[in-house]
Amino acid sequence: MNAMNRVNAARAKDRPTALTFIAHIFTQFTELHGDRRFGDDRAMIGGLALLDNIPVTVIALEKGVDTKDKVYRSFGSAHPEGYRKALRLMKQAEKFHRPVICLIDTSGAYCGLDAEERGQGQAIAENLMEMMTLKTPVLSVLIGEGGSGGALALAVADQVWMLENAVYSVISPEGCASILWKDASKVTEAAERLKLTAEDLLALGVIEKILPEADKSWEEIFEDLKENLTSALAKAPKEPEELIKKRYERFRKMGGSRI
Amino acid sequence: MLKKGLFKKPNNRLEGAEANKTPKVPVQMMLHCPSCKTMLLEVDLDENCFVCKNCGHHLKIGARKRITLLTDTDSFSELFADLSSVNILDFPEYDKKLEKARTESGETEGVLCGTAAIGGMDCAIFAMEPSFMMGSMGTVVGEKITSLFEFATANALPVIGFTVSGGARMQEGILSLMQMAKVSGAVKLHSDAGYLYITVLTDPTTGGVTASFAMEGDILLAEPHALIGFAGPRVIEQTIRQKLPAGFQRSEFLLEKGFVDAIVPRTQQQAYLAQLLRMHRKEHAL
Repeated sequence: MNAMNRVNAARAKDRPTALTFIAHIFTQFTELHGDRRFGDDRAMIGGLALLDNIPVTVIALEKGVDTKDKVYRSFGSAHPEGYRKALRLMKQAEKFHRPVICLIDTSGAYCGLDAEERGQGQAIAENLMEMMTLKTPVLSVLIGEGGSGGALALAVADQVWMLENAVYSVISPEGCASILWKDASKVTEAAERLKLTAEDLLALGVIEKILPEADKSWEEIFEDLKENLTSALAKAPKEPEELIKKRYERFRKMGGSRI
Repeated sequence: MLKKGLFKKPNNRLEGAEANKTPKVPVQMMLHCPSCKTMLLEVDLDENCFVCKNCGHHLKIGARKRITLLTDTDSFSELFADLSSVNILDFPEYDKKLEKARTESGETEGVLCGTAAIGGMDCAIFAMEPSFMMGSMGTVVGEKITSLFEFATANALPVIGFTVSGGARMQEGILSLMQMAKVSGAVKLHSDAGYLYITVLTDPTTGGVTASFAMEGDILLAEPHALIGFAGPRVIEQTIRQKLPAGFQRSEFLLEKGFVDAIVPRTQQQAYLAQLLRMHRKEHAL
């Protein structure tokens, strides 16, 4: 599979979205709404759930399953209030010493007048800053598309994993081809060059784990993810200082060594 | 009969030998204001911090010029100048673009970092360079700013940052995206240690820089009429298929919506920053 095939797989209509993942991995998912400042973003879902009987906070970007639902969910592109809701739930998790699990599937943060007016950049920036020192374990999993800052705002984590066919990129291959080469036909090359597949990102040290999809049913994939999450949480450092130090070092080593 | 000397040039003092003594103004030392087209001399511009005296337009200036204009004379001392980008992902044309950016900007990367004094008070300072691939953030820009915050935390210094950026640097793919998290982490540790961070948003500040350290200051200042946003105006127009209202995403709009603390013209920034630094001096703390 080339990079563009992966992009298409990540975007495939029949690919399960976050709510399906949640239903299979967790029990007693109890959704909590709103950012307490402006409204409730339906692309960003969050709440409490049990992972193998351990209470966790789950935050996820939901794209929607059919046309009507996709419109309702803004196609998985969150507004500032979505990122602020996510941060509110993370702070709540910190207070009650619950781990945070983020499931990411978005083409990017919502792009439009209202999102700009309400501070899309500020909302994402605040998440990046606050997540870095959150005193509870944070695990983020890219389950489909990981579009730029809108995905990163849920991925300042202790570990970041990707499903085999998920992608994670600074810009979409379409955006890259049109901005850099002003040539829409170069999308496939852009996908290749951006190094956005799980395999590429593992090699670059940007993710810790790939969850295989080939020759597996979705039930098996969900089960595998559940087992991995459970075991990673069991091994997570207990001391907040150690958690934060490791999280900081994880990002600190990415790029820019002296030459 | 023709009067003698009728066709002889009059001895006007604006002409002739005396006039020729005045030095000619080389073309590069004068320019037209991009906004009102008034002709401006570079010597005057320097005095007025590259703000048009006629219309108040803030002209684009390089990072080194900006730091020189806004900090105490000869107080700037550069840090991390040994860092320079390589084509880590072997991205087509990137080497050439880097070379071109170095020539055009005279800088090795898209941000200039160091220490300086403003009104006699020491600070760590960074200014992004608009002529270096539009101030785009790659791994070296991220590394330099992260290192500056770590340096400031270790040396108990406030940080003043001038942003100008088109966003993340596509040619470095996901690694440029990761810089947003990396820098934000260093900003957070500096903040948690109790130190001041002031950002001055200049035209344009967009994309991944807006969605990270540009918006993370304790105090956010903006130059008048600067474009500040997450998504660029062209991208939004293409997405919503309509023209954006006048003034959308400009400093004045952000002030109205509550996303900047104040709009400060460049000519007043040095005094303004000095005042803020003074009010944050340790001896004033309870």
